[in-house]
Amino acid sequence: MHPAFSVVFFTTATGAGYGLLALLGVLGGLGFVQPEIWFGLVGMALALGLIGAGLLSSTGHLGRPERAWRAFSQWSSSWLSREGVASVATFIPAGLFGIGWVLLGGSGGWVAVAGLLAAAGAVATVCTTGMIYASLKPIAQWHSRYTLPAYLIFAAMTGSVLFNVLLQVFGIGSKGVLIVALLLTLLGWGWKLATWRYNDRLEITTTANTATGLAGGTVRSIEWPHTEENYLLKEMGFRIARKHSAKLRRIAQVLAFALPAALLMIAFALPWPFAAAASVLAALLQFAGMLVERWLFFAEAKHTVTLYYGR
Amino acid sequence: MSSTEPRGANSAPSQRPLADSQAPDEGDGVDTSPSVFDSIAKTTCYMCACRCGIDVHIKDGKVRYINGNKDHPVNRGVICGKGSAGIMQHYSPARLSKPLLRTGPRGTGEFSEIEWGEALTIATERLSAIRRTDPKKLAFFTGRDQSQSLTGWWASRFGTPNFAAHGGFCSVNMAAGGLYTIGGSFWEFGEPDWDNTKYFMLFGVAEDHDSNPIKIGLGKLKARGAKVVSVNPCRTGYNAIADDWIGIRPGTDGLFVLALVHELLKAGRVDLDYLLRYTNAAVLVIQEPGTADDGLFARDADGDPMAWHRVAKAPVKAADPEAKPALTGSCTVNGRCCVPVFQLIADRYLDESYSPDAAAGRCGVDADTIRRIAAELAHVAFEQTIELPVAWTDWAGRRHETIKGRPVSMHAMRGISAHSNGFHTCRAIHLLQVLLGTVDVPGGFRFKPPYPRCAPPGPRPAGKDVKPMAPLEGMPLGFVSGPDDLLVDEAGTPTRIDKAYSWEAPLAAHGLMHSVIRNAWAGDPYPIDTLMMYMSNMAWNSSMNTAETIAMLTDKDASGAYKIPFIIYSDAYYSETVPYADLVLPDTTYLERHDCISLLDRPISHADGPGDAIRHPVVELDRDVRPFQSVLIELGARLGLPGFANEDGSAKYRDYADYIVNHERTPGIGPLAGWRGRDGGSFGKGEANPDQLQRYIDNGGFWHRDFSADQRYYKMGNRAYLDFAVEMGFIAKAEPIVFQLYSEPMQRFRLAARGHGKLQPPKAERARIETYMDPLPFWYAPFEDDTVDLQKYPLHALTQRPMHMYHSWGSQNAWLRQITSQNRLFVHQKTAAGLDLADDDWVWIESINGRVKGQIKLVDGVNPDTVWTWNAIGKRRGSWGLKDDAAESNRGFLLNHIIGDQTAADANGKRYSNSDPVTGQAAWFDVRVRIVKCARQEAGFTEPQFERFRQPPNVQPSPDVLRFGAAFRTKREAAE
Amino acid sequence: MTCLPAQTEKKLGLVIDLDTCVGCQACVTACKEWNTGGHMAPLTDIDPYGGNADGVWFNRVHAYEHTTERGGRTVNFPRSCLHCETPACVTVCPTGASYKRASDGIVLVDEDKCIGCKLCSWACPYGARELDTDVGVMKKCTLCVDRIYNDNLAEEDRVPACVAACPTSARHFGDLGDPASAVSQLVTARGGVDLMPELGYKPTNKYLPPRAHTERAAKVDAPALEPIRAEGGFLGWIDRMLSN
Repeated sequence: MHPAFSVVFFTTATGAGYGLLALLGVLGGLGFVQPEIWFGLVGMALALGLIGAGLLSSTGHLGRPERAWRAFSQWSSSWLSREGVASVATFIPAGLFGIGWVLLGGSGGWVAVAGLLAAAGAVATVCTTGMIYASLKPIAQWHSRYTLPAYLIFAAMTGSVLFNVLLQVFGIGSKGVLIVALLLTLLGWGWKLATWRYNDRLEITTTANTATGLAGGTVRSIEWPHTEENYLLKEMGFRIARKHSAKLRRIAQVLAFALPAALLMIAFALPWPFAAAASVLAALLQFAGMLVERWLFFAEAKHTVTLYYGR
Repeated sequence: MSSTEPRGANSAPSQRPLADSQAPDEGDGVDTSPSVFDSIAKTTCYMCACRCGIDVHIKDGKVRYINGNKDHPVNRGVICGKGSAGIMQHYSPARLSKPLLRTGPRGTGEFSEIEWGEALTIATERLSAIRRTDPKKLAFFTGRDQSQSLTGWWASRFGTPNFAAHGGFCSVNMAAGGLYTIGGSFWEFGEPDWDNTKYFMLFGVAEDHDSNPIKIGLGKLKARGAKVVSVNPCRTGYNAIADDWIGIRPGTDGLFVLALVHELLKAGRVDLDYLLRYTNAAVLVIQEPGTADDGLFARDADGDPMAWHRVAKAPVKAADPEAKPALTGSCTVNGRCCVPVFQLIADRYLDESYSPDAAAGRCGVDADTIRRIAAELAHVAFEQTIELPVAWTDWAGRRHETIKGRPVSMHAMRGISAHSNGFHTCRAIHLLQVLLGTVDVPGGFRFKPPYPRCAPPGPRPAGKDVKPMAPLEGMPLGFVSGPDDLLVDEAGTPTRIDKAYSWEAPLAAHGLMHSVIRNAWAGDPYPIDTLMMYMSNMAWNSSMNTAETIAMLTDKDASGAYKIPFIIYSDAYYSETVPYADLVLPDTTYLERHDCISLLDRPISHADGPGDAIRHPVVELDRDVRPFQSVLIELGARLGLPGFANEDGSAKYRDYADYIVNHERTPGIGPLAGWRGRDGGSFGKGEANPDQLQRYIDNGGFWHRDFSADQRYYKMGNRAYLDFAVEMGFIAKAEPIVFQLYSEPMQRFRLAARGHGKLQPPKAERARIETYMDPLPFWYAPFEDDTVDLQKYPLHALTQRPMHMYHSWGSQNAWLRQITSQNRLFVHQKTAAGLDLADDDWVWIESINGRVKGQIKLVDGVNPDTVWTWNAIGKRRGSWGLKDDAAESNRGFLLNHIIGDQTAADANGKRYSNSDPVTGQAAWFDVRVRIVKCARQEAGFTEPQFERFRQPPNVQPSPDVLRFGAAFRTKREAAE
Repeated sequence: MTCLPAQTEKKLGLVIDLDTCVGCQACVTACKEWNTGGHMAPLTDIDPYGGNADGVWFNRVHAYEHTTERGGRTVNFPRSCLHCETPACVTVCPTGASYKRASDGIVLVDEDKCIGCKLCSWACPYGARELDTDVGVMKKCTLCVDRIYNDNLAEEDRVPACVAACPTSARHFGDLGDPASAVSQLVTARGGVDLMPELGYKPTNKYLPPRAHTERAAKVDAPALEPIRAEGGFLGWIDRMLSN
């Protein structure tokens, strides 16, 4: 699948944003993190900013962005529509929570309800995003039990690493949060390795034989219906060389998991402001690494239409 | 469904409209009944040479869509990939828009626009001077012309013998091989009995020739489950759907076919009764070596061939229906030793050199496969016979209660023709058909009227005596029956610029357009003044040895003048040849013109009856261009050519439409056969009818006459048919047409080579004539096989025309070129493995003539010793309205660059045209090559490259986005 | 609505005979020509005369080599929308632009609602969706919905353009939901198959597999030819035949 930057950024940014929002909603709403105006403002701005930028970026993927509003109508069947509905709906409790927790400085009561609802919305939105991919049968690498948990784990991972950044920058770092972020990063790593391992061993039952209905033996494409690349090939015929892919997997692991984990451990050991600096660096590297991971998520996904083209 | 019978080819129950085609009440707002046309114009397609009937739907003054005419005898409602893309041809950005006069050096594309008046004056002055001095200094060659009866007649009236169309580099072997054997041939001359055949063999058909009729026919065979056997080095297109694909080595089909003949003869599986009735199998051949009549037929005092009456033991007229002729043995007639033709056939083909075992290695086909195919042919022909319950009467008046058929049929085309042994291979296929008794019988191969004709049909070519200001005594192209008909002087020097009908190409029924540029450049046999050409891309894909051909077009003599002094070219599009013209006469598209598809030319008959058709303008002209035929008629009038100008010098015909209606070639016979007579009440012969074109238009653009049931088969000897053919003027007398298994005209050339007769070949030509003018078909290796080092050039290289393209025309078509804008070289997997080549590699394809670079694609479906590519995809930058980055000129390639236009020098140092020695047919498919992986930095682009052409003045750049059809919708929705 | 109809009154679709298709591209350009002025007009061509030509086409013909232990065959393979019974391209559509008609089962796109999100093209395993980048909306085969019911056409012309054009009669059209229909019977007789049945989209269109190298292949059971062994060989045989 063609790794369009708009979608790569969208899923990565909203994942991190919803992860952070959920943590703020739960921990802030229930009072585990005390309301503090600048902390709250920056935290909420970061979460909602990532979500907003991601959503905005996603419209760059549309042929007719001015009609994007129509996407809210088909929630009964379409995961993409549900994502739209969930993402927008989440803004309501998130907004209320922001007002209550940041501006009014409250927690508990209705602020807690709003916070928990925002967190639930965030989780739901990430689920819908994951399900968009997980539901696509033509792409075996996506249509697997690894996809939905991956989206949830990565949202939690990037969200917690960002949450840690917030705490650290404001000098209210928590060893607990650091540990959680570290564990989630390791979990993300493990999950990604398991996913790759699964995908690499995938025996796809859909073949050029079933695609053409020509039973037995081999089916080789000898001529395309057109000389130049068409929409299908540009969108779904993306190919990545095995060598290139292996290299990018290593880069993704180093940036998204290995270095952030190491930095988080360093932050665990070092005092402020060094711990804060390490935390910020961990988040930045992880975000970059997740962009690479997401790019690979697309690039390594093989759509059945490529069978018709011998790709 | 309506109660009427479904029309057209695609009318099986599973192809009809819904029983209730009322739109359901879906409520989704879809307009299921938009208005899609304001008018329908029925005319004839010209996206290739098949001449299908088309319904052009006009909406808002533009062509909305084109579909097949269901009533049309050629395509019966279907339409091919090219036909549906006609819109894009008609609106092509490569269309010329005004006459052009060269301003820069030839070949650069620098022109200025001029008015028609000036263009016609320039042409008239030039041609007039030629006609006053030496008319043969005009060489007029017309490419893929469908108006040869006009263009040939024009040349004849002008007085130049130097006329031909593209047949010489297309398929003259197929035409001549058939016409000299059975008085007809494949494609325009005949077709398989698709409705009845049970076993169909297809030889060397390169995706086309013809298009829709073969496809419709194959569809019928498939629907009935009849067996299809294809003999072709490539397993694409029609060959892909064969039940049995025989991936033969190119150029060996003749050997394969004669091995089948060997098997059939050996087993006695031939139709003796058929041979006796319809062929010259029983005719006595004089066997007196060294004498002047050796090998000629023994004739009686009337000059009629004789046979040996096996009961009376005496000679009889071979045509005597009461005779009981012998087919074997020898006899003495008039003191001459004679044997029947069939004895010679048996002697030759029973020889072990034609056995399957002898053929297998050369053909690359197992001996067992050859034996199996022979057995299948025999089984179907003799054990699965069919009988139609229709009574008919033969030429001798014998009534037959049924029509008996042997349901084996064959079709062959360019893969057979385009070799230097193609003529004999074509004859071999006809020999095979005739031995099986399957020509013009139910289930067999059937003639299309006006065929069959006498074999050869005559008349002889005109041009022996070329005089200033005098027309030729006949048409420039014809059929020779012996050396006396050749167009050579006493020293043997050819009269024609293309050396057709000379010792180099005696049976050149279609001329040798592919030799004209070289000969004119070399002044061999003489220099010319003006080369006038029409719609043939001779500076590119229609020539062999392209680079040298281009150089010859621009070569100058010591005085700085072009060696070919003046070139007039007419085409509708900016092809690679236009920039080489001095004067360009822009033609119209096929939707803007009148044309006639005439019985005098290449008609659209099918086996069940004759037909002809017209084109007429269905959209308005929007450019300053004129149909070439009307321009030619005007030039004829301006030159005062007899037949084109009246006594007073005024024009005889207003334009081509006027000519089509009013011209009479012989009294009562004109270009169109339908609705003749003042009131349109007759057909075939009759006075000119001023309303004739309208009658055609009213009838869907064509005329067709269905035979009665008793006229449809055995036309070579069917009285009802022969009488009709005489009435129509197809043949002179209602006499049977005798298949010439042994060709006496060819033997006459041999005798000349042996020193007999008044016209004899030059010494150096004698061995060649002796060898190749064999009166019985034989097989010899294609010439290039014998002259190149096969260790060095082990592969055969072929081209095929993609079904969605017509030569170079397709690449200017926005839709068709998307399908193929780069051609690959297809290489067998095993062959590639041996050469360490992988899919997509770039290779040099090298022949003794040069090298060209392209990208390969590995396949299994090809003879392992053969590589092939799609024809005419490679284009020169600056032509056809294509942008500079188009794949055609960057990645596509033209195999023509490496096909020699001449043979290697013989012992005398002489180089012949790279052609069949009998007919002069271009031997495109003889080329031998090797492929070599190119260096890393050489990959990704084709070579050789040629200088980019400048664009003609006032040409709009081709669009970056095409939204054809958007306007129909906008208008439709606005109206709602 | 992108929810699928529980059942459609008809299941209109195509049957494509791979045993007969010669790959001539007639259906391809007939489709292009009809539809570029039709319901989803235009079928835009980007860079039509340049090096990156990329147009919208609803029907494309591939060529394959199918090789089994029984032999090899070149197969020309037309590919277009299969008008599935359970098309995910419809259910994934977030706007309701994609829908399956309850009456005849045709899958269509309402261009006015399409936002060009491309998800339907991801969801379609067959590559039947074509984005028109010029207008930013998805287009696809309409089964010639503006032909098959068109009152302005003669009744006999109310079949999809590809079916009308096909010179080899390799394309068939009808109600595949009616087991008595000519197309359904053809599918039964020729062992028609679904493409990628394992994905469960239940395509309506069926493909008839090539017959060469199978039990269905046309064949001639001819005994081997026996050379004439009697006296005089072949020439003796002729003499005897003629004297009868």
